[in-house]
Amino acid sequence: MINVTINGDPHSLDQELCLVDLLEKFDIEHDKVAIEHNLEIVPKTTFANVMVGDGDNLEIVHFIGGG
Amino acid sequence: MTDSFSVAGKEFNSRLIVGTGKYKDFEETKLAVEASGAEIVTVAVRRVNIASPGEPMLVDYLDPKKYTFLPNTAGCFTGDDAVRTLRLAREAGGWDLVKLEVLGDQKTLYPNMPETVEAAKTLIKEGFQVMVYCADDPIQAKVLEDIGCCAIMPLGAPIGSGLGIQNPVGIRIIVEQANVPVLVDAGVGTASEAAQAMELGCDAVLMNTAIAEAKDPIRMARAMNHAVQAGRDAYLSGRMPKKLYADPSSPLAGLI
Repeated sequence: MINVTINGDPHSLDQELCLVDLLEKFDIEHDKVAIEHNLEIVPKTTFANVMVGDGDNLEIVHFIGGG
Repeated sequence: MTDSFSVAGKEFNSRLIVGTGKYKDFEETKLAVEASGAEIVTVAVRRVNIASPGEPMLVDYLDPKKYTFLPNTAGCFTGDDAVRTLRLAREAGGWDLVKLEVLGDQKTLYPNMPETVEAAKTLIKEGFQVMVYCADDPIQAKVLEDIGCCAIMPLGAPIGSGLGIQNPVGIRIIVEQANVPVLVDAGVGTASEAAQAMELGCDAVLMNTAIAEAKDPIRMARAMNHAVQAGRDAYLSGRMPKKLYADPSSPLAGLI
């Protein structure tokens, strides 16, 4: 079991997993979001290579209406 | 007769840029954007709601292939937050064209100009094309142009206030000195004020609340579309001089 922070909230995950699997787990379409992993922007092309580990901090964002 | 508007090397036929916030729902957003004729729409960058996946998203209603999405930094009060937001936006959308706004005060939402300048420098160094929200101050506008911003966007009045253009002289001076597009961003409340911005010689107008908070946003979007075109034509036509006294429109010769 690992503990991570996603968008400011604590989450427990069964095991380490890559960002592609993480997005799938939360049912988020990966082409519509951007991810910051421990304050580093993750290029979309590397989602499969970046592993989420214990204590990691993720920001997952998308576009919403705004002025 | 084409009279296109060019920013960061891209040509646009519409001189109205609209925000996508404050609408009742995405359907209304879509219809208002269509009625406005806008080709560029501003969008905000926010956290995905992990708890409710599958919620409708803005991109399901406004196709980023059809509209140029202009990510903003609304809500950012430091240059660092704004830069961080736009780095994420670039990765989410793949576009370099962004709207930078660094706010200085909750109540007025006036820009923090020193932070804005520093953030713009960082973004430009990283290859962003920066359209920048700024004060209606010609000196600061010049500073932003000199560091490489691709459009200068002074406020007409506080964001969301609908007060209209409070400092037309300042806006006009900014227009006259600029070699990049100047847009009035924020403060327009109704169609005549959008026309006024264009009559001052602005290249385009950016607005959100004036449309979204009208009782009939879709009709107001259409009104703004017309107003921007009318104001642009009036500006290009060259208005008649103002005179103190009357000058009859009908000839005096042949009077009975």
